[in-house]
Amino acid sequence: MLRGLWTLTWLEIKIFIREPMGLIGTVAIPVLMFVVLGRSVASRLTTSSWQGAETLRNGLPVFAAVFVAISTVLSLVAIISIYREGGILKRLKATPLEPVTILVTHVLVKLILTAITIGLMVLVGRRYYPTGVDVPVFSFSLALLVSTWSILSIGFIIASLVRTARFAPPVGSLALYSMLPFCGLFTPIETLPAPLQTVSSVLPLTYAVSLLSGIWKGNPWSSHLGDLAALVLVFAVCTVIASRVFRWE
Amino acid sequence: MSSSPVVEVSGIRKAYGSTVAVDNVSFAVQEGEIFGLIGPNGAGKTTTMECVEGLRQPDAGRIGVFGLDPIKDARALQSRIGVQFQQAELQKRIKVREAVELWASLYDAPVDAARLLEQLGLSEKCDAWFMTLSGGQKQRLFIALALINDPELVFLDELTTGLDPQARRTIWDLVRDIKDRGKTVFLTTHLMEEAERLCDRVAIIEHGRIVDHDSPAGLIARHCPQRRTVVATAYPNATEAFSRLTPVDDVSSDGEELTVSGRGDDLVTAVIHAISEHQMQVTSFRTERPTLEDVFLTLTGHSIRD
Repeated sequence: MLRGLWTLTWLEIKIFIREPMGLIGTVAIPVLMFVVLGRSVASRLTTSSWQGAETLRNGLPVFAAVFVAISTVLSLVAIISIYREGGILKRLKATPLEPVTILVTHVLVKLILTAITIGLMVLVGRRYYPTGVDVPVFSFSLALLVSTWSILSIGFIIASLVRTARFAPPVGSLALYSMLPFCGLFTPIETLPAPLQTVSSVLPLTYAVSLLSGIWKGNPWSSHLGDLAALVLVFAVCTVIASRVFRWE
Repeated sequence: MSSSPVVEVSGIRKAYGSTVAVDNVSFAVQEGEIFGLIGPNGAGKTTTMECVEGLRQPDAGRIGVFGLDPIKDARALQSRIGVQFQQAELQKRIKVREAVELWASLYDAPVDAARLLEQLGLSEKCDAWFMTLSGGQKQRLFIALALINDPELVFLDELTTGLDPQARRTIWDLVRDIKDRGKTVFLTTHLMEEAERLCDRVAIIEHGRIVDHDSPAGLIARHCPQRRTVVATAYPNATEAFSRLTPVDDVSSDGEELTVSGRGDDLVTAVIHAISEHQMQVTSFRTERPTLEDVFLTLTGHSIRD
């Protein structure tokens, strides 16, 4: 099945690591941001008088996770558009590689990098979070991978619709970052005006945030079946659309 | 050896919206030859080739490659053909060796990657990133990728475009090597010199239609039979002496340099004979043969560079 998948995945990871900017953008910056914010939060965590400590303690990991997911997707959008513009996709397509192998490879590479970023965050996070705090690292990582996987399918649509490598990343940023204010990450959805709550309910990121923060707080997966269903639906719908509009050259 | 052609194209048509890129194109590529589809940029060369490669579906017409359908039998054909694209790129930071090994991993019976790189003069570039290669080295790598599965038929699209003359010559030698190994080569080029030096047979395409096809020599003989001999001599009655010769149509003079035009292969012999007979003192002598460039001009009414 999917001949060449592992060879190509391993190769793409090596190629990705050779590009300093890509590595900084998708791994170093999220981890660094986490460290900087974590440091300021951690210094306040001990003072129980500070009201926002609890929110930030729970909010920061989710915020970092969403940031990781978005930069992963943007990186995929950039790579796909650059590969298409350079004729690399077309060149690979004219080999026995199945077209789907090429795309699955990129999703795998991104998910593996996401896993690495999470791993690094857990390592540095240990320094700033009080010991003894029980955090569901494994479940949370899984939730982040599921969220990223779902949002990646939106990335494919963006990569299909925006023709040039120059405009794909900004358009992708606009599409993804504009979901941030309404996805419940900064403001609880209940406090938004009614029309915005409607907007919020159709944004894929809303379900990712809900799943991530729930799992972080220790909720069981069973209480987030709705979020999971929404993310799977997003993936299914976007994949169908992407397979129709995706352009190889 | 069977006489059925390796590639048989009959009456294909391909339009993009209202633009007809290829219109009623037919030709055949025989086993073991270098066949060239030649014409200016935008004439429909690449579209035609990509239809034969199975990357595009023609709107009408039939294509057979080894008697198979390029799209329906794509899988069966993949191991028998090798493809090089016009203006292709690879990942900027992929190493030469990695690219060749990746391609090798995709086929059942690849040739030895290290040996192939050596044959193409890329051995010392094995660990170089793709982005650091020169134009000629990139093209040689693409030839390597096209040859990795030891194909019977190799497609080369605008192989030497953008290369300097020396790199171009190196590539030409490599293409001849491919032919010498018994493979069939189907190439496109807008360089008439390249077509004339490499191709056994060419088809001239313009505005999506095949204008004519034959061997380069055959096309020249049919469309541009005229020959010219330029003789520099101070001999007083040279013009009259040459004008009297049977194969000569016209003699024009520019100072001491006389241009003798005529048709047929006898012209040069007749001119040399006249020089000897009249014991002319000749300071310079050259013959000018028409080229495919002239054929193109005759057939289309304009130069290929326009």
